[in-house]
Amino acid sequence: MLVNLYVNNVLKKYHVQAGEFLLDTLRNDNYISVRRGCDSTSCGVCTVLIEGKPVPSCSVLTIRLEGKHITTVEGIQEEAEKLAHYFGLEGADQCGFCNPSMALTVYAMKNELKNPTLETIKAYLVGNLCRCTGYQAQHIAILHYLEDRS
Amino acid sequence: MKSVNVITPSVDGKGLMMGKAGYTNDYVLKNALIIKVLRSPHPFAKIVSIDDEEAKKLTGVECILSHKDFDRRPFTRAGQGYPEPSPHDKFVFDEYVRYVGDEVLCVAAIDEVTAEKALSLIKVEYEVLEPVLDFEKAMNNVSVIHPEPEIHEMFPIGFEPKKNISASYHMHIGNVEDTLKKCEVVIKESFYTQAQAHSMMEPHAVNTQFDYQNRLIIYSATQTPFHVRRIISQALNYPISKIRVIKPRVGGGFGGKQAIHGEIIASAVTIKTGKPAALVYTRKEVFESSYTRHPMRLDITVGADKDGTLKAIDCYVLSDTGAYGEHALTVFMVAGSKVLPLYNKVDSVRFHGHVVYTNHTPAGAFRGYGAIQGNFALESAVDILCNKLGMDPILFRQKNMMKENETSPIFAIMGEGTEGTAMMMETCKLDYCVKRGLELIDWNNKYPSKKINDHIVRSVGMAIAMQGSGIPYIDMGSATIKLNDDGFYNLLVGATDIGQGSDTILAQIAAEELMTSVDKMIPYSSDTDLTPFDTGAYASSTTFVSGNAVLKAAKTMKNKLIEEAANALNCAKEEIGFDGEIFNKVNSTESITLKELSNRLYYNSDQKQLMVTESYVGHKSPPPFMAGFAEIDLDTETGEVKVNKYCSVVDCGVTINPKLAKGQVEGAIVQGLGMALYEDVVYTAKGKLITNDFMSYRIPSRMETPELITEFAESNEPSGPFGAKSVGEIGIDTPPAAIMNAIYNACGVRIKSLPATPEKILMELRRKNHEQ
Ligand code: FES
Ligand code: FES
Repeated sequence: MLVNLYVNNVLKKYHVQAGEFLLDTLRNDNYISVRRGCDSTSCGVCTVLIEGKPVPSCSVLTIRLEGKHITTVEGIQEEAEKLAHYFGLEGADQCGFCNPSMALTVYAMKNELKNPTLETIKAYLVGNLCRCTGYQAQHIAILHYLEDRS
Repeated sequence: MKSVNVITPSVDGKGLMMGKAGYTNDYVLKNALIIKVLRSPHPFAKIVSIDDEEAKKLTGVECILSHKDFDRRPFTRAGQGYPEPSPHDKFVFDEYVRYVGDEVLCVAAIDEVTAEKALSLIKVEYEVLEPVLDFEKAMNNVSVIHPEPEIHEMFPIGFEPKKNISASYHMHIGNVEDTLKKCEVVIKESFYTQAQAHSMMEPHAVNTQFDYQNRLIIYSATQTPFHVRRIISQALNYPISKIRVIKPRVGGGFGGKQAIHGEIIASAVTIKTGKPAALVYTRKEVFESSYTRHPMRLDITVGADKDGTLKAIDCYVLSDTGAYGEHALTVFMVAGSKVLPLYNKVDSVRFHGHVVYTNHTPAGAFRGYGAIQGNFALESAVDILCNKLGMDPILFRQKNMMKENETSPIFAIMGEGTEGTAMMMETCKLDYCVKRGLELIDWNNKYPSKKINDHIVRSVGMAIAMQGSGIPYIDMGSATIKLNDDGFYNLLVGATDIGQGSDTILAQIAAEELMTSVDKMIPYSSDTDLTPFDTGAYASSTTFVSGNAVLKAAKTMKNKLIEEAANALNCAKEEIGFDGEIFNKVNSTESITLKELSNRLYYNSDQKQLMVTESYVGHKSPPPFMAGFAEIDLDTETGEVKVNKYCSVVDCGVTINPKLAKGQVEGAIVQGLGMALYEDVVYTAKGKLITNDFMSYRIPSRMETPELITEFAESNEPSGPFGAKSVGEIGIDTPPAAIMNAIYNACGVRIKSLPATPEKILMELRRKNHEQ
């Protein structure tokens, strides 16, 4: 089946099986930042943006996305670098496996919510698990990133 | 100091967040065969027959390997130094399967769909055997989990497979029974801990290929690349010189990637087919078929005099190693050796027990191994004892705990699997840690508890802990530093960055000694062909052991640089001053920059490659110490515990990277909270793990994570690189005891089996109210 997707604003034509999930479509096409952490849509590692909203890419069938805009971290390099800068200052990055999806979710949140509080940030990111950091350093870094208007 | 003890972003953080390739599964060749493993549906069975005819006929299936394809060559997957203190009790595949999820055979096919299809076509006939699912009934059970004759221990570890005993141990100092008889107050309690799952975000992954020299290249998400190389060579009887193990970035390990996982199977497929292959565990496989923390029962008796002098500790531990004995003895011993010395003034102490086989997922290394179980038991017991004594638990600890410049005879007696090493505590700021923690949590105003409303009680609880810094006389780290033109360096280390930031902190240590900036010290880890040997990332060894190796190498490099500068400036070495960038000849205006010198060595005069390698083996293992304080709200109607705040004050010597050190502590604290409260492990009556995904096995999310206050004591360990001790594990040890003590302080209920679920708390509360 042929599906047209706009991945990071580039039109891509994919020939996919009916049962293929977006995670595999993207990874097969070398969007290497999209990674799998579980088999039950419960870790958030595979998160991408569909029409600007964070969605676990392991949970959506590619054929249902005809014409949709998909964003991976490859599409928001500048913002990811900026967020990474604040993560670096807080020591909030450890193994990094959760981080591309984190960057995407934070980016979406920034566009969606005005001046979110710590509690709102936690609620927005709750689907993005991280086993390394204990979360708090991430939240401090995210708050600093949101304050940066440059 | 310019590079050490200053905020330094990790060297790989930016690239990884930006989505650069880095992890094992990012390096799979497009033409790699995909491997799937057929796993046992039974906890214990003998394979009678395997019918794979239909699967073999399937187009795209390249090979199917089962026990029939391998010599019987027992080994251990533990991923330790050699000879290992773990029994050699595993075969690549065996005719027995010993837990639900154990490996039966593997299929390699052109893609995942074909591999899965092939698995479904294979028929295995089993003779189902009576499993051992209760570890307290494992010893001398009629069902013998390892009846095979070939298995053996490498040196005496108390291995008695006919009795289902994987290892056993006994030590004592003084006569604990006599001392206890004389004690004025004695308490005796049993504690249980669960098979916590590491839950690193990156599932276990490996891929293999032959390179253009026909050597076997293995990319693996491993904590121990050099051990992996050795074990594969041994298990597959394949020349070690033809194996190269590359560890790319690793998405978390926490001990779960110390042992071998899919590496042997993937290697076997590539050797058999000549083709590249890849094996990535599903999350279910990570839960069911990798490793867990060792569940334990700890029977502990402590005795004291009425004035609060602790006199004796007696501890018997029964540990469940599951189907295979990886780390059976070592984890068990640490439950004593890194816990009991906390109270070093006792007259007598005994530590003994057994590690038994069961038909559960094998247990292995897990951050804080043994120590967290032992700490939970001892630090709970201390509060119970204080209660009986009517003594303040803080005062009791301050009176009895380890102090600076003291020691414990246990250090000399107990190591990890072997004898230990006597050592003095040149740094132990436990006193400060406790004092500061009391302030941070506002103990005096909150202890023991306060009613917030008719069903919420707010309370506090605490515990102290210690760890180690590597295994003395066993763990070796080494480092190579290479000078490049323009005066920047490569730092090649076998030390294994698995996300904890060791590449960064090791680069900081080298940069500090060579007085350069971290961006001019390019770290690379680890590749068995390119980097010097290191035991790997375990036992809190990297900062201390590998860090010392790096420091030594940097010192040697500095000497060589000064020698070469003296040659260039025609003077004696002693006449050279060096500030990291410029070499000055004393009492003259002559100088040469590092940049000029390095270019000269490459292209002009005295031409040579400056490259040095140094190694380090610890002669001691200076323990980091900490005090952990929890504030909780306990709901007496629902049994729910909400942790409001967790204050940690840690003595890990000088923090090489203060933020990454904090990250180590906080990440570990939250894992410890998971073990204390949320991470329940449930098996069916037939031995199948139910909690096998992130829905049923609840690791702490952002919502449960409390406010974390983390501070470091001022401390400077003379034997550590720039005063550092290790910090990877210490954070995980205190939460179980501190939280259970807080729960007791809130409602008088003592939870002795982890995790403290609302159900357990309510049940105990009701029992207590009933009794009153
Ligand atoms: S892979 Fe875990 S949520 Fe998609
Ligand atoms: S940094 Fe490792 S999972 Fe988040």
